[in-house]
Amino acid sequence: MDKKLIEISYFPGCSLATSAKENNISLIKFCRSIGYELIELEDWNCCGSSSAHSIDSKTAFGLASRNLSLALPDRPLLAACPSCLLRLQQTHLHLSNNSDLQNDYKKMWGKQFNKDLKIIHFFEMLSNINLPAFIDNVEIDNKNGKSKTPLKKLPLENISFVPYYGCMLARPPEMNKMPNYHGLIEKILSSLGAKSYLWSYSSRCCGTFLSASRPDIVTPIVNGIMGQALESGADCIVTACAMCHLNLEIRCSIKNPIPTLHFSEILSLAMGIKDYKGWFKRHIVDPLPMLKSKGII
Amino acid sequence: MDKNREKNLQLPLNITSKDIGYDVITRSNVNYNTCYHCRCCASGCPFVHAMDYAPHGIIRLLQLRLYEQALKSSTIWLCVGCNTCSSVCPMSIDMSAIMDALRQIALEQNIKVAQPSTLKFHTEVLNSIQRYGRTHKLEIMLRYKVKTMDFFSDMDVGIKMLTKRKLDLMPSKINDMEAIKKIFKPEE
Repeated sequence: MDKKLIEISYFPGCSLATSAKENNISLIKFCRSIGYELIELEDWNCCGSSSAHSIDSKTAFGLASRNLSLALPDRPLLAACPSCLLRLQQTHLHLSNNSDLQNDYKKMWGKQFNKDLKIIHFFEMLSNINLPAFIDNVEIDNKNGKSKTPLKKLPLENISFVPYYGCMLARPPEMNKMPNYHGLIEKILSSLGAKSYLWSYSSRCCGTFLSASRPDIVTPIVNGIMGQALESGADCIVTACAMCHLNLEIRCSIKNPIPTLHFSEILSLAMGIKDYKGWFKRHIVDPLPMLKSKGII
Repeated sequence: MDKNREKNLQLPLNITSKDIGYDVITRSNVNYNTCYHCRCCASGCPFVHAMDYAPHGIIRLLQLRLYEQALKSSTIWLCVGCNTCSSVCPMSIDMSAIMDALRQIALEQNIKVAQPSTLKFHTEVLNSIQRYGRTHKLEIMLRYKVKTMDFFSDMDVGIKMLTKRKLDLMPSKINDMEAIKKIFKPEE
């Protein structure tokens, strides 16, 4: 594709920068393949995670607001981690509705608060894109840009999955009228040929940080999620949250769990991006045998 | 920090500005007296079985002005703020904001923390952010292990994470550490 890439500010967050690098790399590559260049926010800091707002609201505000102050005014800010996104969006909302906070912000960061900054999730970017149009083996109807008859088969045919959102779609009441992307993983992956299975655990919280302090509580929760996933008969779990991915991998004590893929990984596979070996090496449950047996790679 | 909030709140009749309940309401911006105990929050909560009071139970304690029991509960430390309860609440009560307020009041009043391990974890995360501007997971876990004097549980998980290179050995530090200092000590 020789079209110029559209630049978007990108907030990776601590998980994607470290424990979930495979999520980060596949996301950047995937975005490039559909015409977006993610430009990492310069010198970003931790969003505050669950810990800051839990025990110190002022610090939580300071950490999130510094990141907002770093964002360039002429482009949206994309956060890949649902938890970072919530922290950044909620702080932006509180700032937008409160002139006292805006004054604090100005004193701290020496610039005016930008009410018009758009903070978006990866989902928002995907929701208006017709992915099959980006795949080489699909014939495109030039008149409306929509996909016509596939020449061969769609890239994810043969693979089935259960979508796992965890708590990312649940938001505090003050934000629950913002756009909701429930069903987006299913919609997008189905358009690429994958088969989605229904199950009742798609929005069950993974336990987040209790995984560190109370593994005895989180293990049964994760086992419940994995057990249902196994029962559904799906080949894999697809999640859009790095924290969920980690917990499903490290806290599952069920024998022979199915692999959990990052949404960005399976999307990259569908787009024909080839350097997946490095990503899957970082998985505790290796998805390669399953992907090979399904003819995906 | 948030002066406008106070003005917009309808305070319940039974509390005065000296009440802990008043503090909870002004910090969280939530009037918990609208809760009528349908228990939707409790049936959705993934952690309710481990809590001493279900989420609506904490609200009941607040309504009855039994603040100390709420502040001493394990519930406020087991709630992870996943918002599952708030999204099913017919009164749109922001439970996560109430829990944040209660935790912070409990700490300020030196109330005995019912789940010290969770507080230790949060403290280590914030310490890490204060040192580097970002979280350094390996160091957080090692320091947490030292603090809880629990060196051997989860060794297998730690080794798995290290071999899968999920734990970076070196921290990633931001350049503008002055900004982080300003966040942690805003008055200076």
